[in-house]
Amino acid sequence: MPTLLRCHQGIGPAVTGTALVAKDNFSARYDLDRKAGVFSRPSHALAGQSYVGRILVLDQAKGGVATAWMLRDMAERGIVPLALIFNRVNPILAQGAAFAGVTMVDRFAGDVTDLIRTGDTLRVDPAAGSVEVLNRESGAVA
Amino acid sequence: MRLTGEEQAMRAGEIGEPRRWAIEHQIAVGAFFDAADLVPVAQAHIMADTESLGEAGVRFLESLAAAPQAERRVRVPTLTDPRGLDVETYRRLGQSEAMRTLEARAIAALRAFGVLMTDTCINYQTIMPPVRGEHLAMGDTGVVIYSNSVFGARSNFEGGPSALAAALTGRTPRYGYHLDECRRATRRFRLTASPSDLSEWGALGGIVGRACGSYWEVPLIEGVAEILEGVPGSDALKHFGTALASYGSVALFHMPGITPEALGDSAEFADPAPPAEIIGRGDIDAFVASYGATGDKVDVVVFAAPQLSLVEMAAVADALDGRLVHAATTLLVATSPEIKHAADRMGLTARIESAGAIVAAGICFYQSYAGEMAEANGWRRLLTNSAKLVNIIGGYGYRPTLASLERCVDSAVAGRVV
Repeated sequence: MPTLLRCHQGIGPAVTGTALVAKDNFSARYDLDRKAGVFSRPSHALAGQSYVGRILVLDQAKGGVATAWMLRDMAERGIVPLALIFNRVNPILAQGAAFAGVTMVDRFAGDVTDLIRTGDTLRVDPAAGSVEVLNRESGAVA
Repeated sequence: MRLTGEEQAMRAGEIGEPRRWAIEHQIAVGAFFDAADLVPVAQAHIMADTESLGEAGVRFLESLAAAPQAERRVRVPTLTDPRGLDVETYRRLGQSEAMRTLEARAIAALRAFGVLMTDTCINYQTIMPPVRGEHLAMGDTGVVIYSNSVFGARSNFEGGPSALAAALTGRTPRYGYHLDECRRATRRFRLTASPSDLSEWGALGGIVGRACGSYWEVPLIEGVAEILEGVPGSDALKHFGTALASYGSVALFHMPGITPEALGDSAEFADPAPPAEIIGRGDIDAFVASYGATGDKVDVVVFAAPQLSLVEMAAVADALDGRLVHAATTLLVATSPEIKHAADRMGLTARIESAGAIVAAGICFYQSYAGEMAEANGWRRLLTNSAKLVNIIGGYGYRPTLASLERCVDSAVAGRVV
């Protein structure tokens, strides 16, 4: 049995993919080069790294309201994370994920940036409120 | 989520596709935040600049705007946040015809909904100040934090799609700052030094914002009235709030003796009052110094984010009087269309532009293809008195420096950071 992490019921379809984890926050406008598909803010923990097709695991949503529109445009252009996982989001990311149909979950028992490691294979199920770490057996220490 | 008969009819598509889309979106967001129902709102305010809309967002607006008039008209007064460009200044700023075309499509769609094109992020100063207890759907973090904190109104951050949804249904999911229990302070700070100008009020907002770091934290800032022996003005609280929202994603603050919901004692806190975190002169100086670049060539000086009040416009005009901006530096001032008209009428625009500066209306710089402007104009070192702007603009490839209005103007004239 893979390790199962419980979270609040989320938004968007169930997906399976690879985690990119950082103890940092997220704003599409502040942090991303949305053409190149990389984190562009020099002080971001993931600066220079591609987010396209990855399951981003970060601490909080921050900053402005633009992310609400931007996720849909990024999704239509195929330069979008596969899913977003946070400890806690603000309304903008919830609104943006709902508008774009991008998978997003938050509110875990514990710090999700500790529970998941970069490179983990995850199955995110927003309707069930769960994230499975497929490459780790249940009970494994994160 | 409890729905009224009318809300169920909207969901069933009986009142048209735009309202069906709107309420479905609101139910999805409301369920995510465990909202019990929807609450009627008095105003909506939509952030819909084309840089963030993109082609996908504009096509979405156009698709809803194609519905019959009775189905697409907004149900509450609905305002807009700044645009992606100003048709009077876009060529001088290196913005493209493609940007203008996309912007024109967005404006046509928004007008079809009956939206009032105010193009401002200072509507609380210039259009229709909120009222205590009023539920709103405000679409700019600076507008939300000012409305919640200074007026005691009630809004969450409503991104463009959600603000449009609120405009179409006349309501919004009741969660977050619509609820009493979310409005009590969770963090406590004590100010021991007086911010000397608007850039330092922004710095203070940045310091508190970094410490809070979450939408769900509500800081109480003590000592402000005592330190000032009075109260901060509207522009000071504007710069403080926008920076606090920008650095911390914070939507509500309290200041005892100043803001309407601050009781000034531990009864304010949801839990036992935490110890106060002290913010003094050294903290403010260190924050400003972290963006320092004395001696560097200045490519662009920006007064924006938030748009300037009429009082700030007058201050820029006074600082520029009889001087000329350096030939290798651009000085840009962004304000709302209403304030631009007033500044034109009072001769402020002429005084600013005769110094070689540009006054743009209805934009706010960072929402205006800042990355493309940097490329087109070869801009890198940016100087501003807005803490919010120095926080945002690094992601667009700029190297930002925070300074007082006077130091910004002196640097624009010298062509280097003085």
